[in-house]
Amino acid sequence: MSNQPSHSHLAALDDLLEEADHWHVNTGDETIHAKRMGGKWRTIKWFTSSIWLLMFFGPYLRWNSQQAILWDIPNRQFHLFNITILPQDLWILALVLLFLAITLLAITAFAGRVWCGFLCFQTVWTDLYTWIEGKFEGTPQQRRKLDKAPISLQKFSKKLGKHSLWMLIAIFTGISFVAWFMDVYVLWGGLLALQLPSAAWITIAMFTAGTYLLAGFMREQVCMWLCPYARIQGAMVDVTSIIPTYDFHRGEPRSRKKKRDADEQHKAGDCVDCNQCVAVCPTGVDIRQGQQEGCIMCALCIDACDSVMDKVGRPHGLIRYESLNGLEGKACPPVYKQPRLIVTSLIIFAALLGIFYGLNSIDAVDLKVLHARQPLYVLQSDGSIQNKYTLKILNKLADDVKVKISATGPEGLKITSNPILAAQHGTVTPTSVYVRVPRKNLTVESQPIIFHIETVDSDEPFSSHRESVFIGPKR
Amino acid sequence: MADKNPFPGENNTGHIWDDNIRELANPIPRWWMLSWWASCAWVLIYVVIYPSFPIGDKPSAGLMGWTAIEEFKEVMAEVEAIRAQYENQIKDMTAEQILADAGLSEYTVASVKVLFGDNCAACHGSGGQGGPGFPVIADDDWLYGGGIDKIEETITKGRRGMMPAHGGRLSAEDIDTLANYVTGLSEGKDDPAGKALFTANACFACHGMTATGNQAMGSANLTDSVWRFAPGGVESAKRTITHGVNFPGDPKSREAIMPSFADKLSANEIKKLAVFVYRLGQQ
Repeated sequence: MSNQPSHSHLAALDDLLEEADHWHVNTGDETIHAKRMGGKWRTIKWFTSSIWLLMFFGPYLRWNSQQAILWDIPNRQFHLFNITILPQDLWILALVLLFLAITLLAITAFAGRVWCGFLCFQTVWTDLYTWIEGKFEGTPQQRRKLDKAPISLQKFSKKLGKHSLWMLIAIFTGISFVAWFMDVYVLWGGLLALQLPSAAWITIAMFTAGTYLLAGFMREQVCMWLCPYARIQGAMVDVTSIIPTYDFHRGEPRSRKKKRDADEQHKAGDCVDCNQCVAVCPTGVDIRQGQQEGCIMCALCIDACDSVMDKVGRPHGLIRYESLNGLEGKACPPVYKQPRLIVTSLIIFAALLGIFYGLNSIDAVDLKVLHARQPLYVLQSDGSIQNKYTLKILNKLADDVKVKISATGPEGLKITSNPILAAQHGTVTPTSVYVRVPRKNLTVESQPIIFHIETVDSDEPFSSHRESVFIGPKR
Repeated sequence: MADKNPFPGENNTGHIWDDNIRELANPIPRWWMLSWWASCAWVLIYVVIYPSFPIGDKPSAGLMGWTAIEEFKEVMAEVEAIRAQYENQIKDMTAEQILADAGLSEYTVASVKVLFGDNCAACHGSGGQGGPGFPVIADDDWLYGGGIDKIEETITKGRRGMMPAHGGRLSAEDIDTLANYVTGLSEGKDDPAGKALFTANACFACHGMTATGNQAMGSANLTDSVWRFAPGGVESAKRTITHGVNFPGDPKSREAIMPSFADKLSANEIKKLAVFVYRLGQQ
């Protein structure tokens, strides 16, 4: 490095410093009071938000006299309507998670942070909380004034009303969450009698506090500083993603009405610099600065800008869903020709196929065989070799069933233990099985042996098998 | 900094390097401060609720009166309560009755494993596989009988094997013939010269005319595949015939002593161990 920086270096540095002057790091020291304006996207947002009503009311749905969807953690069972999934089948969950993750990726690549803007619980609950805030405290200007005003009976009553309602929603959020893991009627009974397991109390308390703090106070700070998905999704967007975008070709140079009147050469763009897009933004960003991490792509600025364009008699779409390529007039390849959307669609399809297969092929019974290690084999007085196994029979049916154990393997093998067994329902029944083989038939140290189980006089016959080894002395 | 700040109004700390790199006093993000205060509050709450600091040689009590040892005792009491329903039944049953009940014998096998590990496994192996000089108890061959009552008796009273040394009375050649004779028995051979020696030297007095042993006195069955001093073979048989088992005055005599556990374990524990041992090989 020379001691004398060149002029171009200095110019670049000046540019950086100038840009830095415009940086406003939103650290939450100032509460963002976003304005509410109606419009197409606002309506859509209410619809997408209302999906979360399912979380509140879903647990009350019954199916065959039990909760339709229930994660029964104490009993290690997941009930999904008439399907009961035990931990052994949880590989399906991996596919469900894969499906969700890749769907998020695909949607984000195609249309930006749709999850963040329309569906995320942080966005939805914050939206609800600020709506309530507006009902109690008025417009954004009134709210800012109220925040600065000294405490008075009027201010106190407004704040009390708002916080009470917030807390009530938070508590119901906590209870509704726990209701997915515990029979909802038992939960309410326990709540009213103040007799719940401590895990339930702690979970309700944590979700209540979390909802109240995150939706009431942290708001956009969560998206900007806490949430990893915000960053991940930001990285999935590229120049072909169709996202809320300010058309700077059409809008710039922006100018206010006075300047516009004086502008005789009609150089001014369509942006009237009314700042409505900033005023309605729930995270307080300026969409006109382009793509940025603070933008959750909720499209509320599109509604605001369109309503202003109506007033000034210009066409809609100064801010609109558009890709950066589209903005530059470059054609985007059609969706079905974009490789990443093809690949993600294939993964989604494969995951769905796996989930469908998994749910349809859950075995009624599952057999595991553990060969005893200590000792590996025992010489018997008649010269035969005995191996001991522990068979674990998982019965996923609703009733106990009688099963018969048999084995095929080395010639002359004989099961010396009782082969009939009652497999208890909904759990694993272990049993010791002893197998003897004449020593002369053991040609190698280790030979395959296959255990079979089949039901004995049952209405629904089923069978299962598993391979293990029969071990003899070294030759 | 004594000199005038060259970048006024931008809220810097006055720390400036290389003329233009300066440290700004940006506020700490609110979420960070909230977490910080929440952590502080948690420390206070924890200190009040749980034992946290020493007072003299004892820890502070904490509002809940919680201690790790009390929690341990509570959990152990829970385990004992779960076991009690089985233990109460087992208490008044004989080993035979326990064996007849599939559920109780499963419980006994599972719960007494630790006792087996502590008292039996040193000689007989963790799975009953035996050890050098110590008998396998996972097979179906029993010197004193494999009935559950016999196993219980063996654990309670112990056993002491006994066979006289024949080294002084028989020639090396005779011992060799005898050893080959008895090892051949389990392979289906029947050497007349060996049989003559077997009869002449009154081996049958203990091992029986057919050499199948006598469980009443604990003499070994010489015709089956299992050898008390495993893995058997001619050399092993020669040593046993020459020096005997527990024969006084012969330092090379075989040792075969099972100690009595009557003073070490309760009758109930011995009963449960008998069930465990019986189930090791399952006849």
